[in-house]
Amino acid sequence: MSGASNFVEGVDWVFKLLFGISFFFLLLITATMIYFVVRYNRKRHPKAVQVKDSTALEITWITIPIIIVLFLFYFGYAAFQPMIWVPKNAIQVKVIGRMWQWSFEYPGSKVATELVLPLNNPVKLNLHSEDVIHGFSIPAFRVKEDVVPGKNNYMWFTPQQIGQYEIFCTAYCGVRHSYMGTKVRVVTPREFYTWLKALKVASAEPIGLVILKKNACTSCHSLDGSRLVSVTFKGLYGKTETVTTNGAERKVKVDDEYITSSIYDPDKDVVMGFSKGVMKPYKGIIKDDETKKIIEYLKTLK
Amino acid sequence: MTGNTHLHEEPSYLIDTGKRKGIMAWLTTTDHKRIGLLYLWSIMVFFIVGGILGEIMRTELFKPGQQFYGPQTYNAIFTLHGLIMIFLIVIPGLTVVFGNFVMPIMIGANDVAFPRLNLFAWYLYILGAAVVVISQFTGNGPPDTGWTFYAPYSTQTHTNVIAAVSGAFILGFSSILTGINFIVTIHRLRAPGMSFFKMPLLPWAVYATAWIQILATPVIGITLLMIIAERVFHIGFFDPALGGDPVLYQHLFWIYSHPAVYIMILPAMGVVTEIIPTFCQKQIYGYKAIAISSLAIAGVGYFVWGHHMFTSGMSKEAIWTFSLLTFLVAVPSAIKVFNWVATMYKGSIDLKPPLLYAIAFIFLFSIGGLTGLVQGALATDIQVHDTSFVVAHFHYIIFGGVGFAFLGAIHYWYPKMFGRMYNFRVANIAWCFLFIGFNLLYFPQFIIGLEGMPRRYFDYLPQFTWAQQISTIGGYILGIGFIILMVNLFRKNGEKAPANPWGGTTFEWQLPSPPPMENFATPPTVPDKPYDYD
Repeated sequence: MSGASNFVEGVDWVFKLLFGISFFFLLLITATMIYFVVRYNRKRHPKAVQVKDSTALEITWITIPIIIVLFLFYFGYAAFQPMIWVPKNAIQVKVIGRMWQWSFEYPGSKVATELVLPLNNPVKLNLHSEDVIHGFSIPAFRVKEDVVPGKNNYMWFTPQQIGQYEIFCTAYCGVRHSYMGTKVRVVTPREFYTWLKALKVASAEPIGLVILKKNACTSCHSLDGSRLVSVTFKGLYGKTETVTTNGAERKVKVDDEYITSSIYDPDKDVVMGFSKGVMKPYKGIIKDDETKKIIEYLKTLK
Repeated sequence: MTGNTHLHEEPSYLIDTGKRKGIMAWLTTTDHKRIGLLYLWSIMVFFIVGGILGEIMRTELFKPGQQFYGPQTYNAIFTLHGLIMIFLIVIPGLTVVFGNFVMPIMIGANDVAFPRLNLFAWYLYILGAAVVVISQFTGNGPPDTGWTFYAPYSTQTHTNVIAAVSGAFILGFSSILTGINFIVTIHRLRAPGMSFFKMPLLPWAVYATAWIQILATPVIGITLLMIIAERVFHIGFFDPALGGDPVLYQHLFWIYSHPAVYIMILPAMGVVTEIIPTFCQKQIYGYKAIAISSLAIAGVGYFVWGHHMFTSGMSKEAIWTFSLLTFLVAVPSAIKVFNWVATMYKGSIDLKPPLLYAIAFIFLFSIGGLTGLVQGALATDIQVHDTSFVVAHFHYIIFGGVGFAFLGAIHYWYPKMFGRMYNFRVANIAWCFLFIGFNLLYFPQFIIGLEGMPRRYFDYLPQFTWAQQISTIGGYILGIGFIILMVNLFRKNGEKAPANPWGGTTFEWQLPSPPPMENFATPPTVPDKPYDYD
């Protein structure tokens, strides 16, 4: 079997068919136009010959394209159809998309940020979004499906080659859309089960961090001091920041009050060097007791 | 040939004869030719802005990583680029400029049916445009949703979506009013003896377009209001957190926005259908086939919207139905292409700038159409959906198709509009820059799209760099082409244009260049065939 997944061969065959036919017609049209422009140029052919319409010719070039497109429709459908029917023995993995990271939940609430799959075993990915629409795409496998909040979309495939392949988010989802990528790693079944066994159960993290991750705060605010979209959480608590309030600059100490106000009304005091309007207010989304847990956690990030 | 009895002393429509002079005479005009020019100037201004935004995007994308500005700025720029290009330029575009300027003359009318409504539609257009501009500078920063305003992102983002959506809503009304006006004009104001099948083919295309405008545009109006209602009153239409369905939004959006593609392309096809017979001095081949295929495109085009949503999780029945219908809508376009090429057969072909643009249209539109088949076919659409392949495809249709047809139309009717010729050599040089720049800009996007490069990406993986760099260079060449083109047309130092510089047969070429304010003192005599070169 050739191709990184079971769908590659079928899909690529349709690509070749379509490009072949397209190239033929494009060449035919372009060459004919160029030939006419040269052959019937006004210098060479000063008087046009009026040609009568031919119904037979019109019918010919209506019928032939109809037949061709019906065939193309059929081949496109035939290669797509197997993507709908999931084999019974497929491994199920829940894909969670949130602004702007992917995570993968394996049976037993084990969560990873890269997708690891065993070779030659069908896998069904149940696509789940925590916020807006994302697109889950693995070009090497010829699969893609939107990750729509409130809908149980899925995809399936059988990885057929050991290796690492790119995963992209293809549905525009905001400021870090182009960074919402990760990898799928296809390994031997033995390696896969060793890896799965070592994978941690999700809830081993401090509760404050879980809340931050659940709301995708960490997509913009790093935990390690690096600059993403906004300020890093590392060492933030207790620091003095210069902020802009109603157009005026002022210094403010990052304390419980400031953090709470930044979560509920982020555009009120914006730290210098960052812009307004990027973060939505989380009033009503993050509850007061959750905010307290976040603050407790931030205090530990020295 | 006609009963046109104009005296040559009668002043042209460009000279103010009424009470008001100068700018006020233009802002209060109800003459269809002047309103056509009002639209032309406004569209040109917006196009310069939209084009510069495109160049700014291409400049950032020259290298992976951040070069000049951050992702939030990039997202705002591609949103505004899309809003301007789609809602302010290509949707009204050819219809409002050439539909206004030349369509009434072609059917032997003195004006459109409702001249004041026509002017009002222009004011609505300017108001809608102004609201879109205001959306950029007010609220919490420029909208960052893309021109598609997909929910629930558009109902959640903190940026100024409501203003932008209101702008698009107002523009929709302008479009509906123009559609009604043109349908009534074509039904009621044709010269005596001009039956539908004696009409030239641009009016046919405008007619088919107008029906889409009035039937499809209300859907987007309602949809945009629903977004505003969801943002302001938290009514759960689309956001599942409020009990709505995000896929419903996509259906409603594309029920309008796919037919909108035909609002853009049908008049472009109409223009090409006018240019080719004139420069081949030959009767159009397959007149009826071309006329009816316009209606077929308008009709079938209503029922293909779901092909934008093959990966949205629609039912498999919906998926294959939309795929089948999408393939069928390709047929009338193919028929038109065959008839255009057949018209050139045994013609006497004069390769002047308008024909160069028409030929470029056929070539680029064919690439756009054929790559459309790749997206109509289910198996392959899954791979290319939401990638730069789609970006390349629709730029080939909208820019290579509509854009090149627009430029062809300008070069074709310029002598009629302004009474002057332009320099052909410079026009040909500009065409070369545009044609080469265009293909360098968009063709590489097909290739990396096949490899999976997603669209609307601020940053990309290093393996896509080569194509992005060719695209950016192509974008600059394209920009140079536009500068040459505009300088050439703005110099206004060409010789005085005769009434019929190209040897066309439709009515506008029987009027002086530029035409007088009142097109026809007496109704023109209608020939048996609109393109009679015997």
